[in-house]
Amino acid sequence: MTKNLPSKARRHPEPFLWTLFSVGGVVAAFLIPVHLVLFGLAFPLGWLELPSYEKMHLLARLPLVRVYLFVLCSLSLFHWAHRFRYTLYDGLQIKHLNEVITVFCYGGALLGTAAGAYLLWNFR
Amino acid sequence: MRTSEVTRTTEYTPYHPRWYRSRVSTYWWLWKWPYLKFVLRELSSIFVAYFAVLTLVQIQALSEGPEAYAEFQEWMKNPFCLALNAISLFFVLFHVLTWFNLAPRAMVVRVGGKRLPDALIAGANYVAWVVVSAAVTWFLLRKI
Repeated sequence: MTKNLPSKARRHPEPFLWTLFSVGGVVAAFLIPVHLVLFGLAFPLGWLELPSYEKMHLLARLPLVRVYLFVLCSLSLFHWAHRFRYTLYDGLQIKHLNEVITVFCYGGALLGTAAGAYLLWNFR
Repeated sequence: MRTSEVTRTTEYTPYHPRWYRSRVSTYWWLWKWPYLKFVLRELSSIFVAYFAVLTLVQIQALSEGPEAYAEFQEWMKNPFCLALNAISLFFVLFHVLTWFNLAPRAMVVRVGGKRLPDALIAGANYVAWVVVSAAVTWFLLRKI
């Protein structure tokens, strides 16, 4: 079947972007709630004692932790990019700005990924 | 270009009937709970992105030194941030709920030729979620 399709259809990035969305959805579902509860509410409100700067710094220097943080941020952003793009398309039916929205969404995710890579690679 | 090919074939001629497309309101999703639920679920992605940016800012503060990190933590205590975090948590939990409840549709597990019940697969996801959350909390709070 796929042989009869024009070559452009086969090289379409959609399946790849959907995979990023999907894996990002799993990562977001499993990890964001616990991070958000701890850093967003429990520490600022004093429910739990905030780990010291030294400890946080020590943890963030571990290579595995940095890979973890990079994957968490990057995949979350690609999950957003894909879902938000289709929210605007289906939900609000903004179809005339298709190209602008696509560039904004995936461009934003790429920018965040680059920022994360730079920050975590150079973390001392 | 594929688009021009499509346009050419759908060109209007005097002999061709006009396409019938009924107008759909921009707010079509507001008036029915399942539609509203769908749009709210999709909007949860905004809060997922907010979390990612917040985490990147925190890493940046952490890399700048103790003063910058303390300043970031102080800034997180303002009511606006706390409210935003609470709303984000609500939406992210909505994402978790919808995602795990859809998991049985996405992963069909067969044991001995029989399909495992949906509840078991969704349940396994929730159990794994609790274990992962506990592990992250332990990793952050343990004494070194």
